[in-house]
Amino acid sequence: MSAPAQAGWEVVIGLEVHAQLRTRSKMFCGCPTAFGAAPNSQTCPVCQGMPGTLPVINRTAIEYAVRTALALDCRVNAGCRFARKHYYYPDMPKNFQISQYEEPLAEEGLLEIDIDGAARPIGIQRLHLEEDVGKLLHEGTLATAQASLVDFNRSGVPLMETVSKPDLRSPEEAAAYLRAFRAVLVYLGVCDGNMEEGSLRCDANVSLRPRGSAGLGTKVEIKNLNSFRNVQRALEYEVQRQAQALEAGERIVQETRLWDADRDVTRPMRSKEYAHDYRYFPEPDLVPLQIDRAWVDAIRRDLPELPRARRRRFVAQHGLPPYDAGVLTQSRALADYFEAAVRAFPQPKLVSNWIMSELLRALPGDDERAIAGAPVTPERLAGLLGLVQDGTISGRIAKDVFERMLRTGQDAPTIVAREGLTQVADEAALAAVVDRVLAQNPRAVADYRGGKTAAAKALVGQVMKATGGKANPGIVNRLLEEKLSRI
Amino acid sequence: MISREDVAHVARLARLALEPDELERMRAQLDGILAYIDQLRAVDVAGVEPTSHAVPLVNVMREDAVVAPFPQEAMLANAPDRVGELFRVPRIIED
Amino acid sequence: MTIHELAEAYRRGETTPSAVAEAHLARIAALDAKVGAFLTVTRERALAAAAAADARWRAGAPRGPLDGAPLALKDVLCTKGVRTTCGSRILEGFVPPYDATVVERLEAAGAVLLGKTNMDEFAMGSSTEHSAFGPTRNPWDLGRVPGGSSGGSAAAVAAELAAGALGTDTGGSVRQPAAFCGVVGLKPTYGRVSRYGLVAFASSLDQVGTFARDARDTALLLGAIAGHDPRDATSVDAPVPDYTAALAGGVRGLCLGVPREYFGEGIDPEVARAVREAIETLRGLGAVTEDVSLPTTDYGIAVYYVLAPAEASSNLARYDGVKYGLRTPGAKDLIEMESRTRAAGFGAEVKRRIMLGTYALSAGYYDAYYGRAQKVRTLVRRDLEAALARVDVLVAPTTPGVAFRLGEKADPLAMYLNDVFTVPTSLAGLPAVSLRCGFSAAGLPVGLQLIGRALDEATLLRVAHAYEQATGWLARRPALA
Repeated sequence: MSAPAQAGWEVVIGLEVHAQLRTRSKMFCGCPTAFGAAPNSQTCPVCQGMPGTLPVINRTAIEYAVRTALALDCRVNAGCRFARKHYYYPDMPKNFQISQYEEPLAEEGLLEIDIDGAARPIGIQRLHLEEDVGKLLHEGTLATAQASLVDFNRSGVPLMETVSKPDLRSPEEAAAYLRAFRAVLVYLGVCDGNMEEGSLRCDANVSLRPRGSAGLGTKVEIKNLNSFRNVQRALEYEVQRQAQALEAGERIVQETRLWDADRDVTRPMRSKEYAHDYRYFPEPDLVPLQIDRAWVDAIRRDLPELPRARRRRFVAQHGLPPYDAGVLTQSRALADYFEAAVRAFPQPKLVSNWIMSELLRALPGDDERAIAGAPVTPERLAGLLGLVQDGTISGRIAKDVFERMLRTGQDAPTIVAREGLTQVADEAALAAVVDRVLAQNPRAVADYRGGKTAAAKALVGQVMKATGGKANPGIVNRLLEEKLSRI
Repeated sequence: MISREDVAHVARLARLALEPDELERMRAQLDGILAYIDQLRAVDVAGVEPTSHAVPLVNVMREDAVVAPFPQEAMLANAPDRVGELFRVPRIIED
Repeated sequence: MTIHELAEAYRRGETTPSAVAEAHLARIAALDAKVGAFLTVTRERALAAAAAADARWRAGAPRGPLDGAPLALKDVLCTKGVRTTCGSRILEGFVPPYDATVVERLEAAGAVLLGKTNMDEFAMGSSTEHSAFGPTRNPWDLGRVPGGSSGGSAAAVAAELAAGALGTDTGGSVRQPAAFCGVVGLKPTYGRVSRYGLVAFASSLDQVGTFARDARDTALLLGAIAGHDPRDATSVDAPVPDYTAALAGGVRGLCLGVPREYFGEGIDPEVARAVREAIETLRGLGAVTEDVSLPTTDYGIAVYYVLAPAEASSNLARYDGVKYGLRTPGAKDLIEMESRTRAAGFGAEVKRRIMLGTYALSAGYYDAYYGRAQKVRTLVRRDLEAALARVDVLVAPTTPGVAFRLGEKADPLAMYLNDVFTVPTSLAGLPAVSLRCGFSAAGLPVGLQLIGRALDEATLLRVAHAYEQATGWLARRPALA
């Protein structure tokens, strides 16, 4: 983003990320949280807000939030409580959301992101828990629909809201923050990070200020940023829009805008309530939480290694280039895959090359489920590399075998045996092929003898072709050299 | 003194369609009740903790265990309007 | 007959739960057109439960003294498969898919549930005139109110349409109708009884309570419904004592506090005299009395009418015509549908409180109203707790006057002030019971209120029982045809 219109302006962005926690049951009732069930088939009187029902806090949701807070170096508040946030919307069954207001679970943390190879800490303002709302489907589009339909399956799924400080200075930084944040959640096992299914949702606050100024400009909230690509594109658009407006001497209106991914623009939402008046008050159906030292310490002891630490360790322990380490730690599943493969085949750089070039050609490295369920398991990749190392197959054949392993889910020895891909290393058999090739290519032989040593390469190629690529290249080279020198 | 505008604003927040005469009657009644409530202003509450719960409990939680959800039909049976498995509401015009 | 008398009759084989259920259903059919206690009579469900109870008593294996007891439920308690209206048009036709915890517990104890009783809409009121389905009348004088909001349950027990009943008390909604109808009404400690399935009015104050004809029946009912419920995070996880066993022991040596502020101006002299005489009776039985002062008493109503409407405005937001209950047809969009549904579905008193509560929570007013009221609530609580640190039980009138005439208290504030002696206890979450301590010259019952320490319902019932044994008030019955 280097449009001239924004040259004089500094971009100020803060992100609010909502993450669905991977608990088995909902935040305040025992209904399952699984995605994709038939509408209204995963509800009960509690999550449908029926008269007389009461919420009860899911302990694991609290633990997941504390885990995240610790990973982000937040202060976990000793006392916190839930509050009711009121507004009318038909996807919210009680017409209030149980959320946290004055006493959130955690505050004041940071998340390091990498910008141009340098680490930069981004402040975390607060982290709190709330319940998700149901889903609205419109008969047509929201603007033209004559009616809307409500599915409450999602209603009551635990939602963790994390608000960054306005420390991000470009759309790229915002995208980097979101990636880093997602990686932390996924590493912690608290969220599956799936933006397509809405497990991770992002809103942004964007403002511009004259370069060198310390104050904050009028901020605009952008909603509906439901993919990394959309975050960056929407923010780029919005920065450009604000810069042009400011350059033209206009004022920025404080408002909420929606990213329209079909048309690549942000557009103003008709405001949800004339004035936001959420009428928060402490949730009388829940009692306060006291998250004491011992509980926090127990959660801290169980924290897994986080992405940045693991990346540093991959460089130090496995001798990987930082680039490789970065790629391999993009998800917990991929890093686990790498380490499992290295345990079975202790040549880290070779394993890394194979993962980066072959595995990630087929599967997205940030997709935990895809990597964890890869048909080529780390052990099977190690088995394949073993066949190359002991000369059973060539490196080139190995790439074909890998593809077949992906397709069929079979291991390397099975495929190599069935397809007869074993390298031909029988000297007598190869010598016969070499003789035949020399007899069929007098021209190349003559060239070679005339001093064109490059002709030997063509002859090697002919031998490999004649053996279907299975000939051991070392033996072929030696035999050719011997026979050519004798001719 | 609570004004008619205040009452109209609160009625919008509370999603209550009040007729003009109802609005005025409501204004007068709220005014009387609020005047009575105003006696609380005279109480010295400096340093007093608020009471949200009469019983001092903390950390009441449940384990993260799935309980079978209610049958879909049981949860849709009270719907004033529905389309198949979904609740149906009139079109949403944001104000 | 009382519940314990019925159990004794079942045991001896003198009658059966089915016969008793039929008799009560017949009495409801004969008299309830006058009283208006019931909104729904669950005849089939009652007779099926009674038949099952018959078999258990016949086999000599009853579930306990409530087995076969014909009871009624305030229509604010959810009953699976039985419409639950809260006395409101907005819930007309709402059939919950689940039972309230207290309903489950009563049925587990073998109770025969006769039906659902009338109430002020969403429990907001002190007269049961504010029901969308018409008023309930006081069995002692059909021109007078039974009190409220649990007026249907109180009247049903007073008129012997049910042996006992459950109600709910937020600021006095069990004790005040118990006083007006001359029955025993207990509001347990907040958290003693599960609220799961009790349709919320003011969540931090609501509590399920009991109506019965004497202290012994009250002990039986409380014993059945009290105790921890994992579905209610505010329910107290403490053992439930044997309330019946605790009835014995008398009042000798107990220290009763008499709060000065409960006998001030505004109290009906007939009520004051009856309560004073009751205190003398208790002294005669060996209790010690002590004058105490509760200086924050007068703030109770003001605190209550901030907190309860605020919580109500939140709890009642869900009635929007989307998921259940009433929907006004013909709206052109969602907001119009919701606003018109709520305007048509709620009565005047409910709208007033929703408006008051919404206002008190709205931007800029929270600290002045809700925040301040919560702090004064702390002062009211401290007052009562300090007094109960010195005395065992507080003794006071339940209401400033006896049952008033229908339509007599048209001004909302005048109606609110009727709760002046019951509200402070609710704010403090303490248990209190109202029992009959005499009659006015016009033959209307007067209620004596006993207020106890948190979770000490047993002592309240012990005092009530001793008083009943020493006086003859329970013999008198309303002259219904």
